[in-house]
Amino acid sequence: MSELDLLYTDVEDDLRASVRALLADRCGAPGVTALYDGDRSIVSGLWKALAADLGLAGLLVPEEHGGAGASAREAAVVLEELGRSVAPVPFLTSSVVATALLLETGAAGAALLAGLAAGERTAALAVPLSAAPQDAPRTTVRAEGGRLTGTVTSVAGALEADVLLVPARAGETVALYAVPAAEAVRTPVVSLDMTRQLADLAFDTASGEPLLTDAAPAIGRALLTGAALLASEQAGLAQWCLHATVAYLKERKQFGRVVGGYQALKHRLADLFTDVESAGAAARQAAAALAAGDPDAELAAVVAQAYCGDLAVRAAEEAVQLHGGIGMTWEHPAHLYLKRAKADQIALGTPAAHRARLAVLADLPPAP
Amino acid sequence: MTDETTVREDLRRRAADFLAAHDPAATEPLAFLRARYDAGLAWVNFPEGHGGLGLPRALQPEVDRLFARAGAPGNNVRGNGIGLGMAAPTILAFGTEEQKKRFLRPLWTGEEIWCQLFSEPGAGSDLAGLATRAVRDGDTWVVDGQKVWTSHAHNARFAILVARTNPDVPKHQGLTYFLCDMADPGVEVRPLRQITGEAEFNEVFLTGVRIPDSYRLGAEGDGWRVANATLNNERVAIGSGGGTPRGGGMVGVVSDTWRERPERRTPELHDRLLKLWVEAEVARVTGQRLGQKLRQGQPGPEGSAMKLTFARLNQQLSGLEVELLGEDGLRYSDWTMVRPDGVDFTGRDAGYRYLRAKGNSIEGGTSEILRNIVAERVLGLPPEHRVDKHVPWKELDK
Repeated sequence: MSELDLLYTDVEDDLRASVRALLADRCGAPGVTALYDGDRSIVSGLWKALAADLGLAGLLVPEEHGGAGASAREAAVVLEELGRSVAPVPFLTSSVVATALLLETGAAGAALLAGLAAGERTAALAVPLSAAPQDAPRTTVRAEGGRLTGTVTSVAGALEADVLLVPARAGETVALYAVPAAEAVRTPVVSLDMTRQLADLAFDTASGEPLLTDAAPAIGRALLTGAALLASEQAGLAQWCLHATVAYLKERKQFGRVVGGYQALKHRLADLFTDVESAGAAARQAAAALAAGDPDAELAAVVAQAYCGDLAVRAAEEAVQLHGGIGMTWEHPAHLYLKRAKADQIALGTPAAHRARLAVLADLPPAP
Repeated sequence: MTDETTVREDLRRRAADFLAAHDPAATEPLAFLRARYDAGLAWVNFPEGHGGLGLPRALQPEVDRLFARAGAPGNNVRGNGIGLGMAAPTILAFGTEEQKKRFLRPLWTGEEIWCQLFSEPGAGSDLAGLATRAVRDGDTWVVDGQKVWTSHAHNARFAILVARTNPDVPKHQGLTYFLCDMADPGVEVRPLRQITGEAEFNEVFLTGVRIPDSYRLGAEGDGWRVANATLNNERVAIGSGGGTPRGGGMVGVVSDTWRERPERRTPELHDRLLKLWVEAEVARVTGQRLGQKLRQGQPGPEGSAMKLTFARLNQQLSGLEVELLGEDGLRYSDWTMVRPDGVDFTGRDAGYRYLRAKGNSIEGGTSEILRNIVAERVLGLPPEHRVDKHVPWKELDK
């Protein structure tokens, strides 16, 4: 692997600034917290503003399909910002994973891709959020005569989607179908992370359009793209936790002095800073490797996931603990980050699953 | 961009011309090194007349590659790390023209090895509290005290030295920086044996050592500022990580042992190794990003953070390797007191690596001090309470 540019270009800085400004304006903590009480009113307006008005939905789509023709580097910047705000939008599920998959479907998926790029349509890959890139797709959905029957549990992005990309057993292989969301029974799941609420899907002779006949390799690659870029969301989330905690400990006083002056806390925060910086670099490496088509992009992705998945959880747990009582309240946003971080740790393969893949890639074979 | 390309090409041509005029195979090594220095090809970021050409430091590796490819003699980089990495930039920044002329050329060629007389038994993390006294006697200073953790002292010709010249003012204000001749009869060097059995470092006893005032670096009482310039160079040297390749360094050593000893593998050790491999790779990438930031002139607060990570990983990896070796991990190569030329953290056997790595979180700033630095200077958290800052040094509880 040659040395990749791990810094941000001026264009990327501008992109970050516009995403951050929009999120500051439209994605405040009260609206996000309301998701946990069943009020999802924040989602559609926010997603439309990001996807269509800012044009983020088309970042990974080439210009000839109506997209921005940008790369994983820009998508990663967006995810850092979405992580910082625990934004409840289907960017990762639709604009990254589903888009990466549709890019492999040629003419069959071209019209849908253009719809996604324009922000007019939203798609989701119908696999459990916990599915790891290296696992073979396990699905109970069967395709018979172009009609799909079966169930898929714990799918992220399905509630916001109008089209579902459904892997279905067809003979010996797993094929891929585009199914209108209205053809499925979508049951919302009370989720640990309501900012990325899951749904259970049931198909009963649903009609779908065939996209790929042997879809397993393409699904694996799309999930790997998602895993590589999820690291940037985790890095952004961890940065928020660190900064919010440092800011609070500079103000909070007990025993007549600022709590952030106690060495026990300073050292914990110094260690957290060290590892949050490292997470930022690891995530950037994964995005840059993907953008460059680097042959070691998979290794960079599994390293970033193995690291950032745990680190984001630690950052959120430290934020709750170091905020003390206020960190345990419904009112303070720290819990939003904890719930997202814990769900992200399981999403797209656990850190342990990524380490198992690393054992192969780095030639560190297991015990016989 | 064009300017940069032109500069690069000029430099390449200059190096090629020099190598054409001074055949490395036919020139005596010292004469070659002196000529290279005089041609400004020693350290191109130094000014003309002092071994350089006033060019960006980033151009140096290319010059070094061209000389190495031509079979040019080396200048003892390994044996003179203190001189090249710390003394030279400090002399350049604070030295008089005369001092630069006298010291920099033989330092670079390796004719004169340098060591560092900073730490003392009573002044480790609190370096500014040091007690070695320098008292003026006409045009010379008379120095008495004890220094410790001095690598290369037994073969060094000169030392950079910080001593207390005024005990009546608060500790930071009473220090002065000197260049000390190690051949002075008042200098006594004793090996300091460490937990590995060898003696990489020394204790240095200074008794009535006479230093001419012309060997003072910077103003009297300005030693703390000068010393900080030296220490910042040290941190840059340690933090940059040296461009270790992926899977190299300590993690590479342990990974090789893992591959060679399948019978020793267990699932628990495998999981620990994979976790550390991930952390080592992330640390490598973080170091790369730090380098990119520094080259762009962006401040890189990760410097102290990098060293924290480096120390922890070296310790955890070397500890894992001893466990992985099992029965073989119970054996140690050699406890004999030897004096190595330099240090190789990944050298010798697993037991040595484990023991030597313990120093990584102490040398060059303890991990505890580095955490204070990160917390205070990077995160802006309140500083530690200081009872000694405004009190004359002589009144401090020592």
